[in-house]
Amino acid sequence: MNNIQRRIFIKSTLKSSLVLSATGVLNACGSLNVKNANSMGRVVVIGGGYAGLAAAKYIRMWSANKIEVVVIEKSSQFVSCPLSNLVLGGSKNIQDLTFGYDFAKKNHGITWVNDEVTAVDAVNKNVIMKRGDVSYDRLIIAPGVDMIYDTLPNLETAQNEIPHAWKAGWQTVNLRKQLEAMPDGGVFVMSVPRAPYRCPPGPYERACQVASYFKAHKPKSKVIVLDANPEITSKKVLFAKVFNETYAGIVDYRANSIITELDVKTKTVKTEFEIIQANVLNIIPPQRAGKPAQLAKVDNVENRWCDVSFLTYESTTVPNVHVIGDAIDSNLPKSAHMATNQARICASAIVEIMANRSPDPSPVFANTCYSFINDKEAIHVATVYRYEANKKIMVAAEGGGVSAKPSAQEGDYAQAWAMNIWSDVLT
Amino acid sequence: MKTFFFFFLFCMLATSVKASNIVYAAEVLSSVDSLSNSPHIRTIAASCAACHGTNGNSAGITPTLAGLDDGYFITQMLAFKDGTRPATVMHRHAKGLNIDEINLLANYFARQKRVTNLPPKSEKLQAAHE
Ligand SMILES: Cc1cc2nc3c(=O)[nH]c(=O)nc-3n(C[C@H](O)[C@H](O)[C@H](O)COP(=O)(O)OP(=O)(O)OC[C@H]3O[C@@H](n4cnc5c(N)ncnc54)[C@H](O)[C@@H]3O)c2cc1C
Repeated sequence: MNNIQRRIFIKSTLKSSLVLSATGVLNACGSLNVKNANSMGRVVVIGGGYAGLAAAKYIRMWSANKIEVVVIEKSSQFVSCPLSNLVLGGSKNIQDLTFGYDFAKKNHGITWVNDEVTAVDAVNKNVIMKRGDVSYDRLIIAPGVDMIYDTLPNLETAQNEIPHAWKAGWQTVNLRKQLEAMPDGGVFVMSVPRAPYRCPPGPYERACQVASYFKAHKPKSKVIVLDANPEITSKKVLFAKVFNETYAGIVDYRANSIITELDVKTKTVKTEFEIIQANVLNIIPPQRAGKPAQLAKVDNVENRWCDVSFLTYESTTVPNVHVIGDAIDSNLPKSAHMATNQARICASAIVEIMANRSPDPSPVFANTCYSFINDKEAIHVATVYRYEANKKIMVAAEGGGVSAKPSAQEGDYAQAWAMNIWSDVLT
Repeated sequence: MKTFFFFFLFCMLATSVKASNIVYAAEVLSSVDSLSNSPHIRTIAASCAACHGTNGNSAGITPTLAGLDDGYFITQMLAFKDGTRPATVMHRHAKGLNIDEINLLANYFARQKRVTNLPPKSEKLQAAHE
């Protein structure tokens, strides 16, 4: 059977609002003008993290550059959260995880705007930034997470003394410096928020990294993990074994422990059961969808997360606005690999919709998530997810699971994962 | 598979009748090629990028899938699926995909050009960063 297929391109669907002067840059103070001959329309992406970058690149690729893409990112550098726990362990520098955004301007014809979004006008399809505004046909919001300080208000202003380091950057460096300065015999106390939060295995990986550093350099020191959850939330059996065996006498894991009070000066925390004083304190606060999602009023689940369709990642409350990455409400782990998967399903669906076709009715994607238990060895959880039409959610397929035990081979694969996902989103 | 293909063709024809502002780019694809170009397969293939690079061109350590012989790809995936080829994670991914998807992924990757994908260059963290 040798059928001939013809690919459809839209000749011109330009709305008058999109026909703008051909500068391709942001005016000093005004609306964004983009050259757009032969365009199928414009997608604006808020956030140049894992999700936003993947969406932007794949929309350009799959639309054969027919859809204009504008990315708005407030930071001028990309700092990877994945592998940032290794900075605490001492086997990586923050510099190893820091990259520029130059690719975007060069490789894919994306219009890059280094600015902060301050308002979203979904009625007039316009995004307002500190220094200008830009209109869209479709908007993708990929803002990551914001921290919630409701229950510990004094934590927010104490971020120098007690950094969360749950967004990689200077806080990660600060926490590492505190660990280096801590005398042997000291106590590192860290807390895990109640799920869902960014990167389910991340806090336990962090405990392992700090323990690995202590074991080699400060063997009399302790790591106390105060977990708000009833048990380890990811790779449980593996982490429990590593805590009890590899880091016996160093890691002290305590379930159901919610910090209710904090004394910043003495780094003392109170839970329902006990009072603990730390030398180095790392409280990972509960999280919610980042500010741009709040501004667009798409954070409709408990005013925290965004409800979306898993076929298109369009918000169920605001039309033409899509949300991807950590900000969405779902049963999927909030990981970088997941963020890029959602981004590509969203990108693919937007390309189809803008070409007047239907998106894939049954998306499938895979997630592989590695955690390092020391400087070399890693463990994984890997699962394929398939769309389940009855439940309208992504469901784990058969065959998923975790490593049998930590290994150096998986450590190499974890490095390969990082190199490849960085290359995928940043080049 | 056949039914799906005809449905696909039907959708495209239906679109062409409806929208007058469409032009056709002359592009000849075999039926398998057009199926493996579908949103369903391109997004599964893209999901592999986290470890195997954009369009299957690895930026390091993992094997490049771009331009791989489709027969070889299928045999390996089936061997991961039934456990005859030992693996750290690949058996999990192979088990989660069905045979049609594996066949079409083989076709998809076989058609990708081999290009050099490099990891991005790291740089110093600026003082102004968060
Ligand atoms: C310690 C740690 C370890 C981790 N390890 C792994 C791992 O090994 N594997 C894995 O898969 N995942 C890991 N993760 C999780 C991963 O980092 C997140 O899931 C991922 O970053 C989510 O991507 P995102 O695009 O949703 O958000 P982000 O990557 O946070 O991107 C959001 C972007 O939006 C920008 N932004 C926000 N507000 C505005 C605004 N108003 N205007 C303009 N721009 C704005 C931000 O500057 C940011 O660049 C880890 C996380 C942590 C904290």
